[in-house]
Amino acid sequence: MNTSRRGLSFYLLGAFFALFVLFLYGPTATILVLSFQGPEGGLTFPMNGVSLHWFRNLFEQQAVGDFGGSFRRSIALGLMVMVLTVLFSVLAGFAFRRRFRGSGALFYLAIASLIVPSILVSLGIGLFFNILGLEPAWYSSALGAHLTWTLPFGLLIVFAIFNRFNPAYEEAARDLGATPWQTVRHVVLPILLPSLIGVGLFGFTLSYDEFARTLMTAGSFNTLPLEIYGMTTNVTTPVLYALGSLTTVFSFTVIGLFLLGLIALRRHRLRRSSR
Amino acid sequence: MTLTAETSRPSATAAAGRARRVRLAPRLAPYLQAAPLTVTLLLFLLVPILTIVVVSFWDYDSVRFYPDFVLTNYTELLTSPVTWKTYLNTLKYAALSWAITLGIGFTVAYFLAFHVRSTTWQMLLFLVCTIPFWTSNIIRMISWIPFLGRNGLLNSGLISAGIIDRPLEFLLFSDFSVVLAFVHLYALFMVVPIFNSMMRIDRALIEAARDGGASAVQTLWNVILPLSKPGIAIGSIFVVTLVMGDFITVRLMSGGQSASIGLMIANEISLLQYPAAAANAVVLLAVVLIMVVAMLRVVDIRKEL
Repeated sequence: MNTSRRGLSFYLLGAFFALFVLFLYGPTATILVLSFQGPEGGLTFPMNGVSLHWFRNLFEQQAVGDFGGSFRRSIALGLMVMVLTVLFSVLAGFAFRRRFRGSGALFYLAIASLIVPSILVSLGIGLFFNILGLEPAWYSSALGAHLTWTLPFGLLIVFAIFNRFNPAYEEAARDLGATPWQTVRHVVLPILLPSLIGVGLFGFTLSYDEFARTLMTAGSFNTLPLEIYGMTTNVTTPVLYALGSLTTVFSFTVIGLFLLGLIALRRHRLRRSSR
Repeated sequence: MTLTAETSRPSATAAAGRARRVRLAPRLAPYLQAAPLTVTLLLFLLVPILTIVVVSFWDYDSVRFYPDFVLTNYTELLTSPVTWKTYLNTLKYAALSWAITLGIGFTVAYFLAFHVRSTTWQMLLFLVCTIPFWTSNIIRMISWIPFLGRNGLLNSGLISAGIIDRPLEFLLFSDFSVVLAFVHLYALFMVVPIFNSMMRIDRALIEAARDGGASAVQTLWNVILPLSKPGIAIGSIFVVTLVMGDFITVRLMSGGQSASIGLMIANEISLLQYPAAAANAVVLLAVVLIMVVAMLRVVDIRKEL
């Protein structure tokens, strides 16, 4: 396979792939362009001049709602979900390396968490809080709702890592006299670190963009996706695209930072090991 | 001297304590480590679902809902022709989205796994496919509007090319745009697991097939496809469950002209008819679980990790 020359099928499949990428990114690129629409411009092409009008509009007008507040809440919530997802899934990953009673049930519960439609999670938590007389809030009920979506992903990533993990490293550490904690701290965690960055990326971005699970669990203050959803029903100006562009750029920045973190970590290690 | 004597004694007891802990720890440790995950899932998944099941038997009036044991929520749901029509519509969305994402996902994964030769490129292109997964779904849906709208890019392009003389109306706020958005949002959930399965296929098997005289198509059909089944099953579970439970895509992309079960539940919630929404949700969950169990017969996911 590796020595054969590239045939027609390679180019056909390559073209298909290119179209797929265009399909994935094209629409987003369109609204990125349209958010620079002139003050008189509408929701579609043609561009009626180029301006930053709609971005200014986003920050000035109160008609857009509580954009700043919802943005801050979404970031805070995303960070909390990220930390808890990393922590809980790594701990559970350690647990699953040994036999314990109920491990099968817990595994299927985690898988069920992926399969159960988000609106059920939203409705269930909303009803549960309602019956207990608790006030739902983004930092309590919505936090829990988001974790039901991010934890299974985190757990599956940690599983994948532990399955390829060579226990000989741990045995070597133990043979050299390391305590269990030292083994974890100096041997296991450094090996896991890159995938933990990956789990963190899932935790933050999935929470930051989550809509369905937040719907009935956010309480009286909106997160950003709820705010955007509200806008889609009553805003008919390109200010919607301006907001869309901003959050997309923000998401890309976050993803970029995580990836840069991974690359930096790898470089750092290569340099250290070559020394 | 006294100082060392004093400090050595507590440390000795501490050592004894540690020894006891070490003996206890191995048995207890997994339970403690699994506890945060277990508690979170019990509290925010299992208990809420049980709450839904309980509330589905409660009664309600225009202002509140209250404990009772009635079956009216279910009988009203299951005897209404609207429910059946909505289920049919939702299943149609699921079937179409599944078939299209499967076709795209398999092709893209096949290209990445077998036609891109350098690992760096493979990872880079794979990343290009996955990045949209980490951005906002709502924004990704909205971004189709300037493309598909009446005066959108596609219509004006087709008109100026002379292919059509009036804008196509079915492009936006129709079943077409709903399925298109589903494919756009969820194709990734097919690509990733199928790619993962394909990367585990022993390349020697492909060589063997070729040496045995199989054509590229025969290899694809008789070797790669069967070995990609676990990935296909996992991707299918993702796509089908996401589409079955969706309400926002259908609401935004059909412009309120189509219905899905998720949307029906969301509407009942917004009318504060919680017991009716709960009964609807229980039935939806049952349907989704049956579909998942059927797909799981093809594959044991636990072996695939």
